Amino acid sequence: METNEIIKPENLVYGRPALMNDTLMHYCPGCSHGVIHKLIAEVIADMGMEEKTIGVSPVGCAVFAYNYLDIDWVEAAHGRAPAVATALKRLNSDKMIFTYQGDGDLAAIGTAETIHAVNRGENIVIVFVNNAIYGMTGGQMAPTTLEGMKTSTSPAGRDVTLNGYPLKIADLLAKLDGACLVTRQSVHTAAAVKKARKIMRKAFENSMSGKGTSVVEFVSTCSSGWKMTPAQSNKWMEENMFPFYPLGDLKNVE
Amino acid sequence: MQEEIKLMKGNEAIAHAAIRYGTDGYFGYPITPQSEIMETLMAEQPWETTGMTVLQAESEVAAINMVYGGAGSGRRVMTSSSSPGISLKLEGISYIAGAELPCLIINVMRGGPGLGTIQPSQADYFQTVKGGGHGDYRLITLAPYSVQEMADFVALGFDLAFKYSNPAMILADGIIGQMMEKVVLPPFRPRKTEAEIIAESPWAVQGKLKGRKVNVITSLELDPVAMEQNNLRFQAKYRKIEETEVRYEEYNCSDAEYLLIAFGSSARICQKTVELAREEGIKLGLLRPITLWPFPSSAIAAYAEKANVKGMLSVELNAGQMVEDVRLAVNGKVKVEHFGRLGGMVFTPDEILAALKTKIM
Repeated sequence: METNEIIKPENLVYGRPALMNDTLMHYCPGCSHGVIHKLIAEVIADMGMEEKTIGVSPVGCAVFAYNYLDIDWVEAAHGRAPAVATALKRLNSDKMIFTYQGDGDLAAIGTAETIHAVNRGENIVIVFVNNAIYGMTGGQMAPTTLEGMKTSTSPAGRDVTLNGYPLKIADLLAKLDGACLVTRQSVHTAAAVKKARKIMRKAFENSMSGKGTSVVEFVSTCSSGWKMTPAQSNKWMEENMFPFYPLGDLKNVE
Repeated sequence: MQEEIKLMKGNEAIAHAAIRYGTDGYFGYPITPQSEIMETLMAEQPWETTGMTVLQAESEVAAINMVYGGAGSGRRVMTSSSSPGISLKLEGISYIAGAELPCLIINVMRGGPGLGTIQPSQADYFQTVKGGGHGDYRLITLAPYSVQEMADFVALGFDLAFKYSNPAMILADGIIGQMMEKVVLPPFRPRKTEAEIIAESPWAVQGKLKGRKVNVITSLELDPVAMEQNNLRFQAKYRKIEETEVRYEEYNCSDAEYLLIAFGSSARICQKTVELAREEGIKLGLLRPITLWPFPSSAIAAYAEKANVKGMLSVELNAGQMVEDVRLAVNGKVKVEHFGRLGGMVFTPDEILAALKTKIM
């Protein structure tokens, strides 16, 4: 069969979500960000909230998230996205507000803003991409870097006597009364993506029904930072990240 | 409700003026000597009347970033703090200036550096008018010298901020914040509706409606060619503000042989010094900059050109900051000296007159 016989509308089984811009992404091959962006785009469209959603992008690899999703965005200073989102939601309560943050942004420089926004029960969604490394600045140690894991600022591997322990911040957030949903997901298999999409939808619905803060952590890969192929990264994540950051709901208030 | 005459502190006047202006949100963190601003707002419960949001943030850093988010959605938002807290806000202020967002920031200054003292000071002049945060940006800076101006400058600050899409600051000090005076509070104005905001601020993030491009609030531009253009746009705006928005007040200046240059509470004390000097037959005047940026350089330069003007004394509660701008304006034409008290100490009118005699006359 010729290619042009295959590429026909009636044969289309999968497409780019309408809210994803037709532009080149700067993410590296094997990076989890692209899939997570797609999930958010799909959920916003499923809910019919295209004209009411405002995203808050971080400093880190996802700083340019506003180039990829066709919605209004505010680009926050490093770590401050939950504070920015707090005011956006409080002053525009009919809008759907989410932050999109990496591990350095959310769990190091922005720990105070994260904890207090969740503790106030702000009606926002926090999407947290945990790949245990600073990707954008070239692979430095993150608060979530595993013990023994090599990065450019822990070249001999993370030494807990020197650098402290990897921070399970989702566990901490789940203990806060303001949180209604804290979940840990991944997007490394089709089944995982499907599951994540469902819980992501619930998180966004929570934000509109005034239930409090929803935190969706994605245990993710960073092939460039980890210096592995995408396939190796997925395997390494399953073998090393999942035991320390187990997937599943830490809190899910019905 | 209409205009009302009240007796209150400068800090309280700011809170009442903010509610009456139709402010959408206040985000702050307690610090002496300005805590009455948030306390008054919380006591007034404007969320029950005008719908204004008042939120005590976890830090000054969070508060200014809440302002960034609220301003990005086109709302009228403000924060207030005192010197050490303003230092913490400077990162956010730089982002707000870089994203060209309007907002109102209040600094009720106290003595520094460091934790310093809770007593009044004007030592944040450089920090406010020369940048403070990173990058080439300017803050529209209003210096109130009475409780009435604390109230009036809320509206003026917001109006200028929205006119130029630029942050504005009210630079007060502990004296103006804490002292009680008669104040005429303005009538209540309704808050802007969402439709009015979309019409007035088409750049605001209010959800991407069909038919328009996305709105993105950001100060980031990695392409240096484009980033230079952004900076040139900012500079053109700043020149326009300098041409249009200079405000100052003259007190006994027309026949003056000597001029005091002072802002805020210092200007209030200098008014008495002018009276004392005139009683002795010394022709002393006072020029009070109301906008510290843009600075009234032309007005000061014009006095320096006058044949009868022999010298100027810049009177400040700091070690000599505004005096540099006075000297730049005067450009060597007449003698310019500085007199100040530091670390929370305040001069008397007599001390200023004595300084004039030893330093200038």
